[in-house]
Parts: sequence; C-alpha cells; structure tokens
Amino acid sequence: MTIDVQPEVTEADLIPVYIMGKRYMVPSSLTIMKAMEYAGYKLIRGVGCRGGFCGACGTAYRILGDPKLYFGLACQTVVQPNMYLAQLPFFPARRASYDITELEPTATTLFSLYPEVLRCLGCGTCTKACPQEIDVRAYMAAGMRGDIARVADISFDCIMCGLCAARCPAEEAQYNIAILARRLYGRYLAPRSAHLQQRLEELAGRKFDAELAELKNLSQDELKARYKARTIEP
Amino acid sequence: MSGYPPEMQESIRLVEATRPRRLKETFPAMTMEAREAVLKGFHPDYKDETFQAIRVGVSKGQRMPIELARIVEGRSPIAPEFDLSHPVVEADVLIVGGGGAGASAALLASEHGAGKIVLVTKLRFGDANTMMAQGGIQAADRPEDSPPIHYLDVIGGGHFTNVPELVEALVSDAPIVIDWLEKLGMMFDKAPDGTMMEEHGGGTSRKRMHSARDYTGAEIMRTLRDEVRNREDTITVIEFSPAVELVLDDKGQVAGAVVVNLETGAYSYIKAKAVVLATGGSGRLHYQGFPTTNHYGATGDGVVLAYRVGAPLGFLESMQYHPTGAAYPEQILGQLVTEKVRGLGAQPVNRFGNQFVYPLEPRDVEAAAFIRECFEVGTGVVTPTGQPGVWLDSPMIDLIHGPGTTQRALPAMVRQFGRFGIDMTQEPILVYPTLHYQNGGVRLRADCSTDVPGLFIAGEISGGVHGHNRLMGNSLLEVTVFGRRAGRSAALYAQRVTPGRPTLAHLEAWNRELTETGVDTGVISPVLLPDYARHE
Repeated sequence: MTIDVQPEVTEADLIPVYIMGKRYMVPSSLTIMKAMEYAGYKLIRGVGCRGGFCGACGTAYRILGDPKLYFGLACQTVVQPNMYLAQLPFFPARRASYDITELEPTATTLFSLYPEVLRCLGCGTCTKACPQEIDVRAYMAAGMRGDIARVADISFDCIMCGLCAARCPAEEAQYNIAILARRLYGRYLAPRSAHLQQRLEELAGRKFDAELAELKNLSQDELKARYKARTIEP
Repeated sequence: MSGYPPEMQESIRLVEATRPRRLKETFPAMTMEAREAVLKGFHPDYKDETFQAIRVGVSKGQRMPIELARIVEGRSPIAPEFDLSHPVVEADVLIVGGGGAGASAALLASEHGAGKIVLVTKLRFGDANTMMAQGGIQAADRPEDSPPIHYLDVIGGGHFTNVPELVEALVSDAPIVIDWLEKLGMMFDKAPDGTMMEEHGGGTSRKRMHSARDYTGAEIMRTLRDEVRNREDTITVIEFSPAVELVLDDKGQVAGAVVVNLETGAYSYIKAKAVVLATGGSGRLHYQGFPTTNHYGATGDGVVLAYRVGAPLGFLESMQYHPTGAAYPEQILGQLVTEKVRGLGAQPVNRFGNQFVYPLEPRDVEAAAFIRECFEVGTGVVTPTGQPGVWLDSPMIDLIHGPGTTQRALPAMVRQFGRFGIDMTQEPILVYPTLHYQNGGVRLRADCSTDVPGLFIAGEISGGVHGHNRLMGNSLLEVTVFGRRAGRSAALYAQRVTPGRPTLAHLEAWNRELTETGVDTGVISPVLLPDYARHE
C-alpha cells in the first residue's frame, strides 16, 4: 500500500535531505513525514493523525549552513534541499493533577498548580517554536496577570505538541497551563446556556419518551413519509 | 498572489465572475428519487466488484470491502498455546482504544465503581479520529428542535436502516453529553448571553451543530484526555500497545486481551473482567484506493478482534466518503475540509463557476454528486498531477457573514491551506471525496453490550447507529454517548461477573474453520499500521 507516497518521480524532482545523518534523495514536493517514509522508514513514534491536529509530529530541523533552528509539524511541512532531520519523539512536561470540580477560576489556582508561571522570562522562544503560530508568550503574560479568559482564548488552537515547553529556558509547561485555563474558562467563566438547561429539565421529566417510542415503532414507509414532511429551518 | 498554477487560476476567474449571482441563488435540494439515482450511479458503495462476502464466522455472508474482508478472514499473530498464566496487569475493565470513545468509557467506568481501569492505545493517548473532527457535534437543545426531530434526521440520512434503539440513545443522550462536556471545561462557541451558536450540517432539518471553532473534536479530546489524567488512582494508560487478540474464559466470557508492545514486539496478557473495544475505524485500509482523512492507526483492528470471539458484524457494506477532502495541493490530498465550510455558506461549483448540487445534501449524496460532476458531466477541475476536484467557494463566507468570519470560525482550515500558500478567504479551495468513516462494524445493544458476555463496543467500531450513512456531527456525539454507556455498563458488569479460567480455545476453533473451509488468505491480522515505507 503506497497511497500516501507520491508515485512517478523523475530524477529532476529529487532533492537531498539528511535523515539521522544519512543522505537521501527525495521528491521535493513531499512533507517531512512522507519523505522519511520515502527513505524507507516505517514510523511508529512521531506520527499520529497525519492531518495537523494531534501534535505527535512536532519537529525541529536545521538546514545545511544555516545557524537557525526551525520548527514545524512533520505532516504539514514540505522538505527543502539540505534539510537535517532527526525526529525527537514527544516527551512530556510536568502536568499538575487536580479535581476540576473543586477549583476556582482565579490567578491563585493557576499559581498554586503551576508556580513556575511567575518564572516566565518573556523571552518569546516559545512563540518562535509554535507550529500553530500561537503567541505563547502573550498567553503566558496573561497567565502572570491571572487573566484566565485571555489565556484560554489565545491558546485555543494549541495542539499540545510540546515544542514550546521543549525550548523554554524557564522550564515552563505552557501547553499544560493553557489547558487548565481553558477548562477553568469552559466550566466556570463561559456564560451558561439557558436553552440547554431547559432541555435537560425536559429530558429529566421524560418529555420526549412517548414521541420517540412512537417513532421507533413506525414502519419504513411511515418513517419516510414523516421524513419527507419535515420542515427545514432556514 | 495566487497559490494556484495558471490553468487553475483561469477557472477561478470564472468562479469569481459568477459569485455575485450565486450569492442570491439557492440550488434546489434533491428529491428522494434523485438521491437514489445519483447514489446508485456514482457512490463507491455501489461498485459491486470491490466488495466481498466473508466466508467464515458468525456473520458469514456479510458483504464488506475486499480490503476489510481480507483481514477479517485473517489469522491471529498469537498461537492458541500462548501462555496466559502470568498476566502483566489485572483490571476490572480493560479499554482498547485511546480516542473519544475510550476516554469517555474510562471516565464513566471510574465513576461507576471500577477500581482498576486499564486503557491501552496503539499510538499516543488522543492520537485518534476524534482529535481530527472539526465541524461539530449535534444535540437537539434549542426550543425549535427536539430529540424526535433529531431522530428523524438521523434515520433519514441513514436510509431508514438504522437500529431504532441505538438512534434513540444517540439523540436522547445528546443534550446530556453537551452539558457533561461543558462541566468538564470544554469551550463551546457561544453568544455573549450563553446561547449556543448552532449551524446546519448536511441532512439536518434544524440548526443543531455545536462547535468549538473548527477544533471541535480536538477540544473534546484534549479535555477528556486531561480529565483521564486527573484520575490516575483508578485509570492506567498504556500507550503504543495495541490489542491483537481477545481472551475468553472457559465459560465463554471475555477475560482480557493480548497486547503487543509496538517497539519491542513483546506480547503480553492483560487480564480483565470486562473489555470495551473502542478502536475506531479503518480508513487506512484505503478502500478502492481512496485517500483518507483518518489517523495513521485506523486499520479496523476492533472488527477483527470482536469477530474472532464471535461478535456479529453489520452494516459494513457501506463506508462513508466525505465529499470535501482536499484535492489540492498534493501534500494534503484527502485531508478533511470540514462540512462547516458549507454550513457557513460556501457553495460547491464546477470549473465554470456554476452550482450543480445543493450544498448540504447528506454526505453520501453530496459525494456521489461531486463524482458525477467530474466523471459523467465532465465539468470538474483537474490539477497538474491529474487529480479531479470541484471548487468549494470559500470566499463567500466572509461576503455572507462579514469580514473575519472565516478566520474566526475556521482557523484550522485557514492555517492548513495557508501553509501551502492558499488564502481560502480570497480564493476557492479544490475538493474531492475522501474515505472518512466506517458506517458499520460490530453489532451492539443500546447499553453497548454484544453477544459475547463482558464485551462492550463504543464508537466508530460499531454498526447500526448510523444505518448506511452518518450525518455530520453525529460521530463526536456517538463516541461520547456510547463511550459513556460502555464505560458504565462494563463497570457494572465487572462487579457482578464470576470469572472463569482464561483460554484461547476460540483460536483453535477459528484456525480449524479457516483450514476446513479452505479460506486461508495467509494474512495475519490485525494489521496495526499501514505500510507506507518505500522498499527499493
């Protein structure tokens, strides 16, 4: 099965990359992940959803002769000539354990579970490392102010790949701090939904049981008639 | 600057030219008869030569894609003599699968008295299809809507073949699940007064699609995962350790599973009083050569495992092809373009910028209409690598809802295309159907039990909830509704069962049947991961 590997490659399309120190010629259109497979690797770690959502393939790489360290997701980043690749598998940062039902959505909660928040240097290395282009420094600054809602909002697109924490000179676990803030926001700070509460009460009162029982016992033809007769909300 | 080659840009000019007209134009929805005609003519499920009836086991005769039948008829990597006398762990409940269903099951099992829960997963905990689901989760919680209306939408979308009690469970638990997720700290899209922002999905008659930007599945998954990690006292997670065979006891009850350490190759036995299979789907089997939206580990393992211990299968003659997989650029071929893009008003149009289908038909109908437009009508777009597709006119979203809407509501999509130089707020995106979801699977009851005592099923591995076609937003709902039910059922079952002596006798019977019927494909299954490595 080679569906995810590009077929019909001509010599002219090939570029050199270095994987674990070895040189390979790979098609220039491939992502880092597919280039490794093209080179013969069967991946186990450093691969997950292959669609940019799970954070398993956060990657740091260099390019020959260039002092800069670059970051990206292996499944979303196209190879470049003379790229140096060495996949570091995901490694965890400290995560505080807590009972979400007993917390308060305050700065004190944040600082007691993650005292290192106050140690942030504001250097912005995290922001540079983020493959989602999230301003990690900005949400850490909001965290130092105890602004839970702001941390939740800025960090929302975080896929928890861990590159920020891996690079942080102050040894923060930014992505774990961010999910704590989002959960505090979702549970305590987001406005309640009156129509949801109303529906839950109706369900508790078994309001729809009879109607559902009737639907369950309809013949296919009767169901089709009901389905056709539905009104569609504009 | 355009992110497209010149020949595709010419077609984009035509799309731009018709846009003002189309903004005022509603393409009519199909009649039931028209739906049936396009499905029969163009949906991949109707290509008979790509299906096969399985020849062994309790559901002998069940049709399924050849690629799936091949592994369902496979042999175990484990010999019947495998030593079960030294289990590495003993659990009340073993959960196989670390996606939304597995995580939900773990939490509910923990709340219903299971003292020792083990969750094994093939990749990392959370590297699953739940994480990748973007558009939303359905729940009838507005006054204009109701669970019975949701019921009709589900069963009509499924061609009236769904199992009624499973649909009832799905729609009745839906508002409860939304409340549960919110209390766990999930952030739904809401108006300032707390009203949920809800949109249509294909085949819905009410707006009931709840979302968390276009990271809905990711937001559910990371919240559930975080909560599981808070319960280390009862839940142990073991990563990179997929199950390869279920174990029964001498009374025919489930007694755990044999798992493999993906890195060392070592097999070990995890003993358990109850097992929840929540292994997801099978997109990585690439039925009919289609690319897929699925994660790397979606290889249909659970169907194989459940079937070898005698759990009946159903509905596997139908797979879901999501109408809008990315068709350009090549690097993201087949990856998901959420249905929310159409929910927000983007129309599918052909090479000349004309509409040819109602944008929100049920998925199978919409996908078949795209294939017809490309191959029968011949007015699709073709990329430089020969990939067909139709335009999804994404710039319409900001024109309808105001500038900034796309960036706010679809940040993952904007980022995905932006990485390859395409600004979807300015230029349309090219899409074509991609393999998305396994509609069928292991049969279950509404409490997630099966015909095998102690075996519970939840999520995409199951068959019957969606009939022969699932609607958008009902899979995130399914994994949470049935994951919760399975966890509760398994925990309660584990408290009342009297375990017998573990054995792999079922494998002897299975191997004998393969030999006697002459059905020995030589395949070892489950296959665990697709083989994409190039071998020179």
